[in-house]
Amino acid sequence: MSMAATVTDVRPSGTSKNWKAPIGFGIGALMAILVFAIGGPATTAVFRVSDDSDRFRLADIALPADVVGWVVAVALAAIAAYSFLQVRKGESLNRWYGIAYAVLFVVGFLTWVVGIAERPSISLAGLIAGSVTLAIPLIFGSLSGVLCERVGVVNIAIEGQLLSGAFAAAVAASVSGNAYVGLFAAAFAGMLVSTILAVFSIKYLVNQIIVGVVLNVLVSGLTGFLASTLLSRDSATFNSPPGLPDISIPLLADIPVIGPILFKQSIVGYLMYVAVIVIWIGLYRTRWGLRMRAVGEHPQAADTMGIKVNATRFWNVLLGGAVAGFGGAFFTLVSVSTFTRDMTAGQGYIALAALIFGRWNPIGAFFAALLFGFATNLRFVLSIIGTDVPSQFLAMLPYIVTILAVAGLVGRARPPAASGVPYVKE
Amino acid sequence: MSADDQAHRTVSAGATSPDPEQDGRKPAAENRSQTVLRQILGGSSLVAILAVVLSIILGGILIALTDERVSETASYFFSRPTDMLVAAWEAASGAYIALFQGAVFNPRADSLALMFRPLTETLTVATPLILAGLGVAIAFRAGLFNIGAQGQIILGATFAGWVGFTWHLPFGLHLLLVVLAGFIGGALWGFVPGILKARTGAHEVIVTIMMNYIAIYLVGYLLSTPAFQNPGSSNPISPRLDDSALLPQILGPQFRLHLGFLVAIAATYGVWWILNRSTVGFELRAVGANPFASRTAGISVTKGYVVVMVLAGGLAGLAGVAQVAGTERVLTGGIAASFGFDAITVALLGRSHPWGVFFAGVLFGAFRAGGVQMQTVTGTPIDIVLVVQSLIVLFIAAPPLVKAIFRIDQKKKAKTPRRDNKGRKAEAAGGAA
Repeated sequence: MSMAATVTDVRPSGTSKNWKAPIGFGIGALMAILVFAIGGPATTAVFRVSDDSDRFRLADIALPADVVGWVVAVALAAIAAYSFLQVRKGESLNRWYGIAYAVLFVVGFLTWVVGIAERPSISLAGLIAGSVTLAIPLIFGSLSGVLCERVGVVNIAIEGQLLSGAFAAAVAASVSGNAYVGLFAAAFAGMLVSTILAVFSIKYLVNQIIVGVVLNVLVSGLTGFLASTLLSRDSATFNSPPGLPDISIPLLADIPVIGPILFKQSIVGYLMYVAVIVIWIGLYRTRWGLRMRAVGEHPQAADTMGIKVNATRFWNVLLGGAVAGFGGAFFTLVSVSTFTRDMTAGQGYIALAALIFGRWNPIGAFFAALLFGFATNLRFVLSIIGTDVPSQFLAMLPYIVTILAVAGLVGRARPPAASGVPYVKE
Repeated sequence: MSADDQAHRTVSAGATSPDPEQDGRKPAAENRSQTVLRQILGGSSLVAILAVVLSIILGGILIALTDERVSETASYFFSRPTDMLVAAWEAASGAYIALFQGAVFNPRADSLALMFRPLTETLTVATPLILAGLGVAIAFRAGLFNIGAQGQIILGATFAGWVGFTWHLPFGLHLLLVVLAGFIGGALWGFVPGILKARTGAHEVIVTIMMNYIAIYLVGYLLSTPAFQNPGSSNPISPRLDDSALLPQILGPQFRLHLGFLVAIAATYGVWWILNRSTVGFELRAVGANPFASRTAGISVTKGYVVVMVLAGGLAGLAGVAQVAGTERVLTGGIAASFGFDAITVALLGRSHPWGVFFAGVLFGAFRAGGVQMQTVTGTPIDIVLVVQSLIVLFIAAPPLVKAIFRIDQKKKAKTPRRDNKGRKAEAAGGAA
């Protein structure tokens, strides 16, 4: 991703005042006034907090859609105006304004989109739980990207790692009859893809983006080929993996809304939370992470300090592959119970976007991936309650948001300086 | 070649000139961009041929390993090993012979013309691959990774298709406008990543990937509206394009080969001319070789990024025209098939040289056309084509690996960029002399 850095340096140095945020906020506020407020339906949008089967029940949240629309629109306009004044004074804007703006916008959008539906009532708990589930492979994928890019290797091959993980998990779990064997096989397969990435980009100095793109094609072809020969010939032996059950922690799982998210997950789901926390702590609080970041930011300096640059890169890229492999296992062991060709359907690329959106930070990537999961799940939920908004536009949203994010509207994203640059000892 | 030398001189001149904004990171960036160029443009044709051979052998091994008869005969391998070896050979060679007959020449056809029908199919499939491959390649030359050919093809096909079935115009003019609309559609989808890269530094890989998805959903939406559907139908398929909007079939109605192939040849020449004979092309290559030096030399890097992405998108848009007005004749959601992604491998295999892309496009067109035949005749899944294609590109990108596998003397092996730079400079000097 160093290309971005290259261009930042190349473009003519502009004025010190950055008008992107006020302009972006202004456009968003204008949209909110036109759509959420003026176009707000005179209905009540109902968000169900608990389902009938829940042990603890909370009252539903019922919001008058047009009133909420106006409140949100005015608040957004106020933030936009404040940011305009701040930038004119030459002061930087506190990042919490941006976060508040985003949250308000999402609330306004949700109320509006539910309000205009035929049956304006959705389950908030279901919406959020579904978002987390859909985000699990994305989170593993972007964590893999974090591990690779932080040491200076661009990982476009996340898609291939996910797909190979899904394939290996299906086959190994079917043959052994044990889903946990499948889980380890998935990590191993992801590592295998990573090994090729590491060898070609570190040893043979092949451009990392090229290796990544080609690896995705290779894995797609290979798994597709094997799926239509071996797997389809004897699917009972090779393609009927036992699933990983949800493990529900007593009592905690009954907490409304957050219970199912945190305490009623498959082992892959729990692993995801562990991975996010471990990688975050590892990256910012341990010697391992310090070395990783040093290698990714300034390999020459790291080398001078006695860190083996290429070895550090190699092992962390392998680790990244294993992490992505777990994400792949989600597809065949948790989500669907068979492997079908190209079943990851470009999620690896979305994970890549989440990584950049999350600014190469595990926690950031986690929330960015959640946003993508949320957008996907919202589309499903809205199609159930019957909405006039074409589903294609809802599907486009995360991609448009990502473009805005990388274009710097959501703040400056800076990749590790040496990402994409092979290191050759002078 | 002389223009290349000039570029090198410009680069080295820029490298020595003082520039306040170039900090310690600059040498690394320069090394990197030169490494990229070396990988895409460098290497010998021997390595390319060996890479193809090696990939085909590996593909054959994969076919043999998954063959049913091979696994049956393997059970008594130690009593009669020849059975398994024969079965393996027959499985692999049978698949490749079917592929050849589907891609080049079919001796079992009724007439001589029909015997060569597979070859015309290969060229038909190659047409969008070449056009989109050129789009990826020209962006590579300016140092940009255009992963967005897929979306650019879709937009090109959408624009061209809409003009083709909505407007009713006289012959000639209609086709011209269809082609133009396709170019504009693709160019628009290339312009967005280009301008964002130039103005904000947004990474083009991410933006083009996102633009691919937006294009897929956009065409999906359009095909759900009455303006794009057949009257009285709610299928996501457009009406058939007017006859006046179609690319004529150049070998008569029994072959699908259409005028788009000649457009692809013309585009190949055009891209070669732009890159090697025009000022714009020289600037693009300079920007790709070293943006810092180019800026020092007075070349507008931002303009270069926009121009090259518009051209790249436009070329991919022409691939969309070839699809919608040549092969398919209706607009569907799957109009771009996987041509946009295959185009990346085509550009890599062709090392981003226009004629290299042309022949790589024909080769991959042959794989794809033959793969369909292979799948029907021997039941070998067409995915094997993807495996062989990607292996070829991987091996070609790493000449030392191929040389090591075939035990070729590696005296010339260039491990450090510094040594390689010297080699290139010497080469350039030799060329100039």
